[in-house]
Amino acid sequence: MDLKLGHYNKDGIEVVDVEGEIDVYTAPRLRELLIDLVNKNNYQLVVNMEKVEFLDSTGLGVLVGGLKRVRAHDGSLDLVCTQERILKIFRITGLTKVFGIHNTVDEAIAAKKSEK
Amino acid sequence: MATVEVTFSPLPAHVRTARLVATAVARRSGVDEALLDEVRLAVGEACSRAVEAHRRHCPAEPVKIEMSDQGERFVVVVSDHAPTSTPSPASPSPAGANGRDAGRLIRGADDAGMPSGFGLAVISGLADDVRVSSTSSGVSVRMSWPSAVATA
Repeated sequence: MDLKLGHYNKDGIEVVDVEGEIDVYTAPRLRELLIDLVNKNNYQLVVNMEKVEFLDSTGLGVLVGGLKRVRAHDGSLDLVCTQERILKIFRITGLTKVFGIHNTVDEAIAAKKSEK
Repeated sequence: MATVEVTFSPLPAHVRTARLVATAVARRSGVDEALLDEVRLAVGEACSRAVEAHRRHCPAEPVKIEMSDQGERFVVVVSDHAPTSTPSPASPSPAGANGRDAGRLIRGADDAGMPSGFGLAVISGLADDVRVSSTSSGVSVRMSWPSAVATA
């Protein structure tokens, strides 16, 4: 299926809902959304990947790019993901050490608040 | 002899089609259901890399993917015809679970994506048998997985 994107603000943290497949074709749309959010001064981001069906290295690149952008403003980008097949690519690439990965959006938001 | 051979224009939109075809043929060849996600991801990475190489060097040339059942292995070969698309020797090795390369990957990433060779590193982490051949006429990525004929 195609990529569906949505976002909302909760407790001062911007939550990005991603649904579908993130690959070389669709990843540019996610990249544009993340860039747009950062340009609008949103530096605390949570990307909810619970409905992501496929993620490749292009998608990883977009997430890493987003992380670099928010870090430049002392922000952070955390992920919500419990799907083993998606988590596997983070493990293979060692990126589990780079992203905060949480089980739920509420857990991710609570973790961010405790960091402040 | 190839069971299924597909050629497609080097457009990102077609990579998904290539993934779907490869997964379907792998299932038909008896690859274990638990491995199909790996096949899908690895073939997608190989096709993405080839598409990117063709878009830079020969956008009119199609990318080729061959899938065959060779005894107890399901073999996929993705070939490009981009003469200078040789994988960078500086490509990250498969990072593995210790994440030692993660910092380097992040520093190397930019808005265009991860560093060159990252997709091949992912493939190496997914398929237990990967061979990358570079010639003057292009790069060929050969991957294989066990097909579960013996358990039938």
